[in-house]
Amino acid sequence: MSAGIRELTAAGAIGRIEAGELSPGDLRDAYAQAPDELGAYLERLSEGGEPAAGELRGLPVAVKDIFCTEGVPTTAGSKILEGYRPPYTATAVQRLADAGANVLGKTNMDEFAMGSSNENSAYGPVRNPWDIGRVPGGSSGGSAAAVAGRLAPAAIGTDTGGSIRQPASLCGIVGLKPTYGAISRYGMIAFASSLDQCGPLTRDVTDAALLLRAMQGADTCDSTCVGIEAGVELPSREDLKGLRIGVASDFSHQVEGVEPGVADVFERSLEMIRELGAEVGECELPHAEHGISAYYVLAPAEASANLARYDGVRYGLRADGDGELVAMYERTRAAGFGPEVKRRIMLGTYALSSGYYDAYYGRAQRVRTKIAEDFTTAFEGFDLIATPTSPSVAFELGARTKDPLAMYLSDYFTVPMSLAGIPAISIPAGLAEPPGGGPQLPVGLQLTSPAFTESSLLDAAHALERAVAFDGRPPTLGEEA
Amino acid sequence: MARLARLELSEEDVERMAGELSNILEHVERISSLDLDGVEPTTHVVVLENVLRADEPRPSLPRETALEQAPDPADGAFRVPSPQA
Repeated sequence: MSAGIRELTAAGAIGRIEAGELSPGDLRDAYAQAPDELGAYLERLSEGGEPAAGELRGLPVAVKDIFCTEGVPTTAGSKILEGYRPPYTATAVQRLADAGANVLGKTNMDEFAMGSSNENSAYGPVRNPWDIGRVPGGSSGGSAAAVAGRLAPAAIGTDTGGSIRQPASLCGIVGLKPTYGAISRYGMIAFASSLDQCGPLTRDVTDAALLLRAMQGADTCDSTCVGIEAGVELPSREDLKGLRIGVASDFSHQVEGVEPGVADVFERSLEMIRELGAEVGECELPHAEHGISAYYVLAPAEASANLARYDGVRYGLRADGDGELVAMYERTRAAGFGPEVKRRIMLGTYALSSGYYDAYYGRAQRVRTKIAEDFTTAFEGFDLIATPTSPSVAFELGARTKDPLAMYLSDYFTVPMSLAGIPAISIPAGLAEPPGGGPQLPVGLQLTSPAFTESSLLDAAHALERAVAFDGRPPTLGEEA
Repeated sequence: MARLARLELSEEDVERMAGELSNILEHVERISSLDLDGVEPTTHVVVLENVLRADEPRPSLPRETALEQAPDPADGAFRVPSPQA
């Protein structure tokens, strides 16, 4: 009876429900009963309750464990929040529920969204459904693996420097980081507040538009959230005629180690973009290559301030300080935070400390301005800019854990858009063999456009997605479920 | 620095992290070669000014709810070790 249900896209499942061919309960059960062999979930909810009437029609959705969900454990992948049950629900999750979605569970993630492999979770790694010896990317690794591995029809995650787009790329799915300010951050556990943005991880571009439409909009609980004034149209475009797509060769070639397989797929995608009628031209993003440097000052600086709240007083873990307040703080944080979080807190504290503030934080903020200006200038001549999403395909578990800088460079192509606050989407563009051989793995293509132009970004991505006709079903899954 | 960040670090932690952090800072210092004179710093990408709401009393989190997750609640408050100890 349930054969093929888990192969449906979100829009496909909604269509079947509307036609009376599938019940929301059966759809949910098909997912809730599937064994989680990837470690994608930290918590699966046994019941979804009666879904609200709305255009999502009871669609089950996986939610990254960084979103507060009232009464449901929310850890952000950290020991310091083990067992924490928030007293309220994040706006993004509430809006999905109001539109008729049904939360399937909370997905694993890098601790406080700091990481690019999901290996920084305090609750164990997540496996990539395309090759279980490899990482799913991060930090929204559980959400990406759940959608690619047929454990959820759609999911939401957060993206601070690439945490939706990079795992989407590594798992062969669609990941959208909307414009900063499109979706409320209320109830989304803060990492770097000037960069954090919620977005969908889905099987296709239409599903991304559906989820974005349900979640976006101004919120009195987040004064930085203005919403997408023009609204979100479902994509329908089938060609790219009349569009000018920019490629920044200098930026794309600066990074050490874009894998040859990734470069090949990228070139083929550009060819396809031309065949669809777009004009592909050279654009300049002279400061984008400095994105990683600026980001790894700004994000840790903001994190060091945001994470000051985990002090063993109001919620979460408390360690014994032998009756001393400061010792209690220091031991609580030593016991509760993992190595990457400590590293970033130290980095951020250093960058903000007196005597170094101007050299690091001040300069990084100015580089951020230059990067944003580069995009503004480039968009005078181009509608969209294309880059690979990640310099590499999914890497093996443990391959980069000893070298934080190598891990940071995973975000080389995604960080500049985060710094500029503009929307960017990763769609599967093809498969490539990993260096060292092995089964072929997904490669993502990233498209970016000016702030609040999500509808046209999704439209172009939809046209390209049709032409690519990527088979998103990981071969490891075996028989159709 | 660990004191400032309120993190208790072991000797090994400090040693390992010093190496990792100087590696990262070396990469970050590439931005010191850029000419950034006269460039305004970006603190925020959405241009917004004074987002205000009417200053009216509204219901907030009940005290019991706020204390529910506290490691050591006492007398309707959060109890902590004495800062003077």
